[in-house]
Amino acid sequence: MKTNDVILQTTTKVIFFIIFLFSIHIFFAGHYTPGGGFVGGLLTTGAIVLLLLAFDLNTVQKALPFNFTIMTAIGLLLALGTAAGSIFFNVPFFTHAFDDFSLPLFGVTSLHTAMVFDAGVFLVVVGAAITIIQSIGGDS
Amino acid sequence: MEFVLLIFLPIVAALFIPFLFRKIKGIHTGWFVLIVPVVLFIYYTTFIKTTMDGGHALSELQWIPTLGISFVSYLDGLSILFSLLITGIGALVVLYSIFYLDRNKEKLGNFYVYLLLFMSAMLGVVQSDNVISLYLFWELTSISSFLLIGYWFTRDGSRFGALKSMMVTVFGGLMMLGGFVLLGIMGGTFSIRELIAGSSSFAGHEYFTLALVLILLGAFTKSAQFPFYIWLPDAMEAPTPVSAYLHSATMVKAGLYLVARFTPIFAVSEVWIWLVTGIGLLTLFWGSLFAVKQTDLKAILAFSTVSQLGLIMSLLGAGAITFHVDEALFSFAMFAAIFHLINHATFKGSLFMIAGIVDHETGTRDIRKLGGLMSIMPVSFTVAFIGSMSMAGLPPFNGFLSKEMFLQSMLAIRHFELFNFATWGIVFPVVAWIASVFTFIYSVYFVFKTFTGKRKFETLPLEPHEAPVGMLISPVILAMLVVGIFFIPNVVGKWLVKPAVMAIQPYQYSHPSEVEVHVSAWHGFASVELWMTVGIILIGGLLYLSLSKWQKFYGIQPESLSLNGLYDATMTFSEKGMNRISRLYMTGLIRTYLLYIFAFFSITTIAMLFLQDAFVVDMSSFSKISVYGVINAVILLLAVAFVLLSKTRLGAIISLGAVGYSVALFFVIFKAPDLALTQLVIETVSVALFLLAFQRLPKLSDHGETKSNKLVNGIIALGVGVTVTLVALSSHSQKLVASISQYYKDTVETEAGGGNIVNVILVDYRGFDTLFEIAVLAIAGIGVLGMIKLRLARKESTDENK
Repeated sequence: MKTNDVILQTTTKVIFFIIFLFSIHIFFAGHYTPGGGFVGGLLTTGAIVLLLLAFDLNTVQKALPFNFTIMTAIGLLLALGTAAGSIFFNVPFFTHAFDDFSLPLFGVTSLHTAMVFDAGVFLVVVGAAITIIQSIGGDS
Repeated sequence: MEFVLLIFLPIVAALFIPFLFRKIKGIHTGWFVLIVPVVLFIYYTTFIKTTMDGGHALSELQWIPTLGISFVSYLDGLSILFSLLITGIGALVVLYSIFYLDRNKEKLGNFYVYLLLFMSAMLGVVQSDNVISLYLFWELTSISSFLLIGYWFTRDGSRFGALKSMMVTVFGGLMMLGGFVLLGIMGGTFSIRELIAGSSSFAGHEYFTLALVLILLGAFTKSAQFPFYIWLPDAMEAPTPVSAYLHSATMVKAGLYLVARFTPIFAVSEVWIWLVTGIGLLTLFWGSLFAVKQTDLKAILAFSTVSQLGLIMSLLGAGAITFHVDEALFSFAMFAAIFHLINHATFKGSLFMIAGIVDHETGTRDIRKLGGLMSIMPVSFTVAFIGSMSMAGLPPFNGFLSKEMFLQSMLAIRHFELFNFATWGIVFPVVAWIASVFTFIYSVYFVFKTFTGKRKFETLPLEPHEAPVGMLISPVILAMLVVGIFFIPNVVGKWLVKPAVMAIQPYQYSHPSEVEVHVSAWHGFASVELWMTVGIILIGGLLYLSLSKWQKFYGIQPESLSLNGLYDATMTFSEKGMNRISRLYMTGLIRTYLLYIFAFFSITTIAMLFLQDAFVVDMSSFSKISVYGVINAVILLLAVAFVLLSKTRLGAIISLGAVGYSVALFFVIFKAPDLALTQLVIETVSVALFLLAFQRLPKLSDHGETKSNKLVNGIIALGVGVTVTLVALSSHSQKLVASISQYYKDTVETEAGGGNIVNVILVDYRGFDTLFEIAVLAIAGIGVLGMIKLRLARKESTDENK
């Protein structure tokens, strides 16, 4: 079936980046304002789904040459590693650490280990969701 | 040294066996395995000195201290005796198996792993002082026995036998666990030593007899007592080294061990003495009677084992009489029990090994096809002759001594005056004598039908010849013990038997030397036992000679009326019955299962809500109804209606998406931006997913729903909706505990260093939830990938028969 989807494809190319950047923003903003790793991950997933709708599986696979299964594993390891890291400092499992640092360019920035954990969540959500979509969509 | 760890040595060794089997091709794996029992045997002999002085050794490893459960190695006379049997016979059996099992044809890796597992389990059973860890090891022996019987798992008989033994022994094990728990409740401890010490305080407890019966069930199933013996003949499907080891020398004696170990607690009870002695004697009689019927060499030995176990069991029961009367007349029995236990291990072990040799060298174990092997297999014949004659109770073999003591003990029961024994006591020696006659017959039957008579070599599958030397070493060693013990019974008595007897009867003896039993072969012409033995030989001999005339009468009993028939019928009935019950409600349709789930959910929840009087509506806590809220609710309802009425899947999915979006709008109206954002994105992604998945499904049409189907579905759907609404209203209107939100507000910046409570909950306060959720998500992703991409190649048949 041949479809006339020039408008969809053209706008998707722009909108994808807007959604993706927004998801990154929402991920970082999460600790103080609405957002976080879970929503961020879902938004990225949504962006990729949009790409899938406008193009097809193979094109998207070429454009984003990641192995999403491995991305899931990395995310899980990151989250677990952050949680487990605290035991090396003789505090209970899953104790977070945070402080303000003055960094060049950013000025005084608050850094929090929760962000690393959240990054793990982000990766797992994207990885697992896209893995599922790819396997169901790619099955014939 | 913490010798409790030695219990686990075989299991640890087992870890290396598959590796050794695969990597080292030149050497039979058995040689590596052999090191373990030999080392343990030598180590345990060093304890004999301690136990001979009436002492014991103790080593403890905490397991679950809060529940009073630990691994304890308590080595007294009884434990050491069994440990030596396990490791000693174990070493001989491993040596024998090296020649019995072919390095190139058999899966030795599996075999030796199971065998070592069993060794650990058995050592654990006989050394544990804690009843819970004893139970653990007890079941582990059942499991390793199951694996060993099913070792040749391609044979139907092996699998059947394995399952049967598992069913019977695990049933008994569970009963026994119940008994242990009752004992723990009564005595307030799981330690056997402490239970024995405090047993007088709970002897009259209402659970006492129940605990007694339950523990006896465990012992009787394991030691193949009537009517549970039926698993043992079927267990003979195991490789012969296993039969010699587990099913004659060690595992089946675990029940005897248990009875002996618990004698100090239960001997006070009349039920105990009656049950143990009575069932033991019945088993002795039954086993010997049916041994003569068998035509398979190993089946004869299996029934003979059943019978001999019964003999020892009855002696243990008779030995418990000493708890009530301290007379020399009765003190024989316990000594005889332990002594016969040792003797049985020696002669029965050697006989099993000979049966294995005959099987190995001629290709059959059917006694009807065998005959005249004496001249070809002289060494095997000699060993078989020694073993059988010892089993029959003839001098100069050790079986003669313990058999005489057995008869003496049975005669002594007549003089026991409590518990109606004076009336019924005469039955015991009579039954014992008849059983001994049959024991004589099957012993003679076993050895002479196989090794003498006409040669029938043309019917044998293999050309018979004498077994290789390595295979003969173990049976010859055992046969030498059979003869040797006859000449030095009192040395064995002093080293092994008396310490064990002291351990069983701590209420009577405080030092092994107080057990005043002197074994002698000759008691003078006046002794009744001597004339009983003479009678056994004469009558037994006559019956053996006329065997062909009366053996056919065994055929009268129909198979369906036997205990085996009962077992088969029970198994078939329970399998078919369960199947039928399952099919009543398992329709194979997800629709049906969802109905069960939702109906159960709404009925129980609503019932609880009103039974507990939990339904409360507090109108004042509700927020005001806004115009946007009303409009949104109307949209929501319309969308839901469209889902139900839609004729196509696409329409239904999209309207389901609309439902989700309007819920998200509610979150916006009630100022929950995090929830709204998440809900919106989730809805988008899930609609896309649904579309992907549903495009492969056939067109939406009806699937045989009738009007009444739809009505039931409607009622249940309505029920779920009402339930959720009621629960939501009630839980909003009343708070069992104060809300945690104030705590979050107070600590979110100081403790957690964040500003958005929702997200801080996700990553910090309730980080565990998130961690497990993403783990589940990852598993789900990999699961979908596995199911779709890596579908198992469709094999022709995975039936293990093929």
